[in-house]
Amino acid sequence: MDQDHKKLKESSFPCEVLEKVLSFIDSHKDRSSASLVCKDWYDAERWTRSNLFIGNCYSVSPEIVARRFPKIKSVRLKGKPRFSDFNLLPQNWGANVHAWLVMFAKVYPSLEELRLKRMTVSDESLDLLARSFPGFKALSLSSCDGFTDEGLKAIATHCRNLTELDIADSVTEDIGGGWLSCFPESFTSLEILNCASLQCEVSFDALERLVSRCKALRVLQVNESINLEQLQRLLVQVPHLTRLGTGSFMQELTVRQYKDLQTAFSNCKNLQALSGLWDATSVYLPFVYGACASLTFLNLSEANLRSGELAKLLPHCTSLRRLWVIDTVGDKGLEAVGSSCPLLEELRVFPLDPYDLDNQQGVTEAGFLAVSRGCPNLKYVLYFCRKMTNDAVVTIVQNCPDFTHFRLCIMNPGEPDHLTNEPMDEAFGAVTKTCTKLRRLSVSGLLTDKAFEYIGKFAKNLETLSVAFAGSSDRGMQCVLEGCPKLRKLEIRDCLFGNAALLSGLDKYETMRSLWMSACNLTIKGCKLLAKEMPRLNVEVIQDEWSDETHANKVYVYRSVAGPRRDTPPFVLTL
Amino acid sequence: MPADLNLRLGLPGSDQSDKSNKRSSPETAEDTASNGVPAAKSADDHETAPAPKAQIVGWPPVKSYRKSTAKKAETESGMYVKVSMDGAPYLRKIDIKLYNGYSHLLTALEDMFKLSIGEYSEREGYKGSEYAPAYEDKDGDLMLVGDVPWEMFMSSCKRLRIMRGADARGLGCAQ
Repeated sequence: MDQDHKKLKESSFPCEVLEKVLSFIDSHKDRSSASLVCKDWYDAERWTRSNLFIGNCYSVSPEIVARRFPKIKSVRLKGKPRFSDFNLLPQNWGANVHAWLVMFAKVYPSLEELRLKRMTVSDESLDLLARSFPGFKALSLSSCDGFTDEGLKAIATHCRNLTELDIADSVTEDIGGGWLSCFPESFTSLEILNCASLQCEVSFDALERLVSRCKALRVLQVNESINLEQLQRLLVQVPHLTRLGTGSFMQELTVRQYKDLQTAFSNCKNLQALSGLWDATSVYLPFVYGACASLTFLNLSEANLRSGELAKLLPHCTSLRRLWVIDTVGDKGLEAVGSSCPLLEELRVFPLDPYDLDNQQGVTEAGFLAVSRGCPNLKYVLYFCRKMTNDAVVTIVQNCPDFTHFRLCIMNPGEPDHLTNEPMDEAFGAVTKTCTKLRRLSVSGLLTDKAFEYIGKFAKNLETLSVAFAGSSDRGMQCVLEGCPKLRKLEIRDCLFGNAALLSGLDKYETMRSLWMSACNLTIKGCKLLAKEMPRLNVEVIQDEWSDETHANKVYVYRSVAGPRRDTPPFVLTL
Repeated sequence: MPADLNLRLGLPGSDQSDKSNKRSSPETAEDTASNGVPAAKSADDHETAPAPKAQIVGWPPVKSYRKSTAKKAETESGMYVKVSMDGAPYLRKIDIKLYNGYSHLLTALEDMFKLSIGEYSEREGYKGSEYAPAYEDKDGDLMLVGDVPWEMFMSSCKRLRIMRGADARGLGCAQ
């Protein structure tokens, strides 16, 4: 050992001190960096990590995780590629959490939190979870599937210390409402309950009793089966809620009931987020006004409001930062947003009728422009529209240069600027040039390679890019792969990028989480070449009715230290 | 790099006929080539202009759970059919649109009901298996799963029934 190296060893921190210091670091990215400094830091970091985040469940295996981290208390795990939300992934593709739970049960008996996204969770898994971790506190299942009433019953019955149960947008047809009755009478610890996406009737009796004995409840999001009268009875028990998701607003109320609801809402002084509001109309919406002053997040994506109704509601929401609406509010409704919500940071406009390509209703560039004029702090937008112009987008980003997430969906594929009939290249050129903090971008409309040249040239902070029905040649995809240094997720569908484009990213994919390409011009040969050159990537071809021996219709590429999947279904080919 | 595919997407007015690279979902039969391969694959074929209301799978990218707001009739429809199994107390429901062929469907059924179905043969059906899958078609007749092409099955299947092998034997050999 030379002099300098010896000096370094002698003066390095004792490991207890290093561990103490590292235990203050929460961010998994920072911890990853710390672990790369040297062996001592790697060891200290692995002994002190308690929150595990795995962005792609197939990038690593349960065994590898168990070996490296001995003391995990909370886990966040993500499974299927995002396009599975839109039915592009066949059933039984994978991302089953069970093998992970078996390992957690063995190695992390003090596990307290599990947050899953886009994973398949069976009743058997939920039962294992419920019985294996005595201190278990928080379960969050976002966009998951595979479980029924039985699994939830197991959780309710056995998790004595549960504080959070959130099944946000997980869809399973067979879930009944009986599981609520399985929480024992002695159970009082619940703080967060979100079952808004359940399609079935919930036992109101059980829910009411649960709410009345859980004094610490601060988040309650019920499903559509709960009516207004029932909502009022719940609200009087928990006026201190910070997040409320109502049930259906479609009910004939007496004057007395109306007044009671108005009082109940006015007593909710701490409400920061409000959602649900199924079928809310101008008749009953006014009684929520009393709770709106403290709202920072208003989710109206289940209430088909018209512009007038929105215009009357918004002035009461003086603290609003995030707003989700349906395009029934129209450009006029968005004008009201621009004039009433100066603090707005996030806007999402969802389409009422996305599949009717001939429909001309909804919002246009005028609405978006109006919002940008009144809301200079806009950072996040998701906008579904049928018409857009380059000029409008240029002006919008001049008004709001701080966008970090810009997701524009012009619903007719390959739709040009509706005034000039030109491609929408300049729009996205402006977005990437002006919004230097841009991290996520979804493009749409008619786009040539020029748009991708702009993205490659200017979007230096871009991490996630979604592309559909775009590009004029392989060069488009190449520009992005060569130009965006921070790119982590690239998802492409229905573009004509081919093998040359795919292979131009050879050196890039190991720095990314994943690449998805479907309905492009890839062949099995091209994918095999990629797999051969890059052994640490998993190159998977999903075969469906569009595939044959040469055409690779759905390709999923991701880096992994766990090698090829061991649980591939017959229709997934690992190359 | 061999040019496996030579497709160019041009702007409106150039010699390629259509501006977009649409893929239609399996139900819109008028857009599906006979072998299911998308029209854009071959450079020589002119891309068929899709029918005005052709639905593209998964587009626009709206999450399926939002169905309660959109007019339910107009949502991207699943093809849900009930599945019963002889001897089981309750039925299941599956969306056959999510499966890409018979083997995929049968594997899923085997998984769901924890049984084995075995190999299909045209002559002998599912001979030798404990269970055989059958379905009720548009005419109300009980048919053996696997006899007709997959697309035809998808459009005519109204309900699935997993029968005990012994009971299903009559279905296979009537032809």
